[in-house]
Amino acid sequence: MAALTPEVLTSNVTHVGKMNKKKPPKRYWEETDEKRPEEEQGTTRRKQNKSTAKVRSSKWKNDETLEKEDPFPGEAPIPKKKLQKFMRGKKYNVHAEANQKVKEAIMSSEAMTEFAQKQAARYDLLLPEDAGFLEGDEDEDTNTISQDDIADAVDITSGSKYFNLHLSQFGPYRLDYSRTGRHLLVGGKKGHVACINWQSKDLMCEMNVMETVNDVKWLHTEAMFAVAQKKWLYIYDSKGVELHCVKKFNDLLRMQFLPYHFLLATTSATGFLQYLDVSIGKEVAAICTKMGRLDVMSQNPHNAVIHLGHSNGTVSLWSPIQKEPLVKMLCHRGAVRSLTVDKTGTYMVTSGLDRKLKVYDIRAFKTLHSCVLPAGASCLSLSQRGLLSAATGDIVQVYQNILGSSPVSKPYMAHRLRGQIWGLAYCPFEDVLGIGHGEGFTSMIVPGAGEPNFDALDTNPFRSSKQRQEWEVKALLEKVQPELICLDPGQLSKVDLVSFEQKHKERIAALGFDPMEKDRFKPRKKTKGRSSAGNIEKIKRKVAYEDQRDEIRQSIEERTEREKELTQKSMEKEDLGNKSTLDRFKKRKYPQQQ
Amino acid sequence: MKVKVLSRNPDDYVRETTRDIQRVPRNYDPTLHPFEVAREYTRALNATKLEKVFAKPFVAALDGHRDGISCITKHNKSLSTVLSGACDGEVKVWNLPKRQCLRTVQAHEGFVRGICSRFCGTSFFTIGDDKTIKQWNMEAPEYGVREEPLNMILGKTVFTGIDHNQRQATFATCGQSVDIWDEQRSSPIRSFSWGADSFSCVRFNPVETDLLASCASDRSIVLYDTRESAPLRKVVMRLRSNTLCWNPMEAYYFTCANEDYNLYTYDMRYLDLPVIVHKDHVSAVLDVDYSPTGQEFVSASFDRTIRIFPKDKGHSREVYHTKRMQHVICVRWSADSKYVLSGSDEMNIRLWKANASEKLGLLSQREKNAATYKKKLMEKYQQHPQVKRIARHRHLPRDIMKQRRKLWEMTEAQRRKQRNVRKHSKPGSVPLLSEKEKKVAAVVE
Repeated sequence: MAALTPEVLTSNVTHVGKMNKKKPPKRYWEETDEKRPEEEQGTTRRKQNKSTAKVRSSKWKNDETLEKEDPFPGEAPIPKKKLQKFMRGKKYNVHAEANQKVKEAIMSSEAMTEFAQKQAARYDLLLPEDAGFLEGDEDEDTNTISQDDIADAVDITSGSKYFNLHLSQFGPYRLDYSRTGRHLLVGGKKGHVACINWQSKDLMCEMNVMETVNDVKWLHTEAMFAVAQKKWLYIYDSKGVELHCVKKFNDLLRMQFLPYHFLLATTSATGFLQYLDVSIGKEVAAICTKMGRLDVMSQNPHNAVIHLGHSNGTVSLWSPIQKEPLVKMLCHRGAVRSLTVDKTGTYMVTSGLDRKLKVYDIRAFKTLHSCVLPAGASCLSLSQRGLLSAATGDIVQVYQNILGSSPVSKPYMAHRLRGQIWGLAYCPFEDVLGIGHGEGFTSMIVPGAGEPNFDALDTNPFRSSKQRQEWEVKALLEKVQPELICLDPGQLSKVDLVSFEQKHKERIAALGFDPMEKDRFKPRKKTKGRSSAGNIEKIKRKVAYEDQRDEIRQSIEERTEREKELTQKSMEKEDLGNKSTLDRFKKRKYPQQQ
Repeated sequence: MKVKVLSRNPDDYVRETTRDIQRVPRNYDPTLHPFEVAREYTRALNATKLEKVFAKPFVAALDGHRDGISCITKHNKSLSTVLSGACDGEVKVWNLPKRQCLRTVQAHEGFVRGICSRFCGTSFFTIGDDKTIKQWNMEAPEYGVREEPLNMILGKTVFTGIDHNQRQATFATCGQSVDIWDEQRSSPIRSFSWGADSFSCVRFNPVETDLLASCASDRSIVLYDTRESAPLRKVVMRLRSNTLCWNPMEAYYFTCANEDYNLYTYDMRYLDLPVIVHKDHVSAVLDVDYSPTGQEFVSASFDRTIRIFPKDKGHSREVYHTKRMQHVICVRWSADSKYVLSGSDEMNIRLWKANASEKLGLLSQREKNAATYKKKLMEKYQQHPQVKRIARHRHLPRDIMKQRRKLWEMTEAQRRKQRNVRKHSKPGSVPLLSEKEKKVAAVVE
């Protein structure tokens, strides 16, 4: 601690300020006791502590400095990963030549964004709950652990989340959890519909609609649910009173509810995709998909686009404003049996009759990996934390870490049931997977499935009726219009260059000149002799040439780049084409890529 | 086997007693809040619509004058007091919160042309068509005592405008010339005139109190320094300016109300071109006054409307009109920047809110937060076509709409003609003149 010696030497001086002044500046050969904040945090913390402890002890010895140094100077560091989580798009770099006002506005808004991001990341450290997990002993696969064992090992409340409902009479069952995860709705094929507060096991209503039930779905609150019956769509309240019979919606097979748009999307046996606005009770759109029977359906929770799987192996993406699919992608060699999309809208998992399970990146529409499941998956479901459950025959398998580039490994958990599985759904904010099958309903514990920390302003499992009412009013006021459903939900916040250019053109036509045109270069009047007419012309021409040269240079650069790309592409094509063993003796046209 | 399953203790999430407030745990994870842009946009749209719903700008009408209002002035020290002069020579002192007339003075014979309050707020000055300047006590005389001016000066000619220095005991009047008076003397200490035969308005600079500006009938705006014997400089415009007002915060800017339906903001240092042309009125602009914040100003026009302009925008953000309001002669912005006062031909002074949808009275903290949040939302999404359309829309009387359309046609025809002339003449011989350049005829030092 060479840096501290002068302090000891001047210990006779009593005045604190004076002593600080006398301290000579630190030299590079002297040891630095503070490290840069970019360095790893753990080590810096420890070192800082050590150094500060030393400083403190030396000061106590001197027994005259009352001022204590802050052991952790500056702001508390935030882990980069946490910051990354709250990042919304890239930082905008202001153009150097931009208008001063624009510059200031952008800079200040960027500063605000950064501040908000930091605050959110800081707050993230304070979240109270941690996610669940399941770890086996050595040489013990987690998928061999039975549900009974797990239910015994955990506390009573959690243990009671594993239960079976034996309903063999009217099965197989479809199910749906409400958005807060408190309420469960089950609908048997043969007409049995029941809604239950599944945690307290209170039965809210139970009835038999005396008709085939194809699907059941909660609407925005647990006060209403929709049932797709043999012929029409019915809406009941939580006491089982029929509120509406919507005859415009017939022969429905599957339903999805878009909570922020208050839209109930339905698919029918006749190939129609229909949207019902449940806040005003009107049909928003009816799209004839011309793809036959539609019994595979899922929604993308990130952008509210509806994904439909078809019998020819394609998956199509739909929004209510367009009569044609937004995207159509060929996913399987046989019919698509089931599909699901994760909550960030990045991954789609599909399974088909060709017994394959594929994971897609739906931003790039590319397969990440695929695997063959021996029995094929009839139902798929993704949990909030990215666990995939697949129903293969009468077994439910749960996979971990499937979203990402790593290939599918052995399942995380498995559970055998009796009878064909018809419905799979994770309960939001709980480590529970609900399974509807031929013999009734099973609630299965899947540790690590649910999001541990909920946002009470969005979905609060513990909300009171007053809070629910308030939330309902606010949600209705904030209802997103169906016209805003598109692939990129952040489109609205981006700069609309197309309409700006259109407007600009119209303005030029109206004015007769371009008001945003760059001023022509005007040489300054110089002193006598240097600004003759000829000279000025010369200067002007020089500047004009310079400008022209810049443009030409730019266009040449662009052209060469484009050509490079084209040649690269054509080469790759050639490579992929007919290749023979003798090709290795050919002269290479371009250097081999290592 | 190691296992942990999510199990929340309800005690951590539910309030303990019904007297508590509800617990609201938050999680700001963006994946739990999808459609944040779309939802925020919807919120902004709702805020804009609600702003229109709650836009009720008219607060009160102060009636009592028996002729058209010719001038209004604010009390320099008291927020609630306002003075007004009418065309029959009557001056009234008003209490705004009570909406009452406190005092009536028959100050002049003929018009009261101008009125201004002394900087200390103890007295006020009036000028009238009877060629007199009178100083009055702000306090009403005791019961039974006759109203008498503290001081009276008889001038040679009719005065048309008056303004008091913000710091010293001097004031300026204008008529056939601009005169600077000392309160103690009966003759002007300085008198300026520069070619013009009459002046319509004179205003002291609120910061550099030695400077003053006036509008002259020869279409010019003249700047003076009271310490010098000659005027500083003047700018001649295409049409006459009626009044002008200095920006109280950036006192090198002033805005003048012109006969050509526009207002012009000038920088005192660069008079060659106006900084901004403010368009929207469809008849001559008669009066203008800045908000004490210096961010906005209000203008009164012969077209029976008053408009509020942001200081750096070419078009107004707000227009106020009623069926009964006739030609608005004078307008003032209150010193707390919340209200606007307008005096019009049909003998009424009207009190308007400066922000039409603002809630009056005491606000709770939550209300304040909600208001600021709404304001920020509207600012963020102001460029979106739907939001813009709703925020911009104002109902206008039919004759003003007609007049506006006519004006638009006229300017369009001129532009077309200019374009055709340029098309058929030698390139460069017909220069492109901006709207600002067109309006300034000359600058004289």
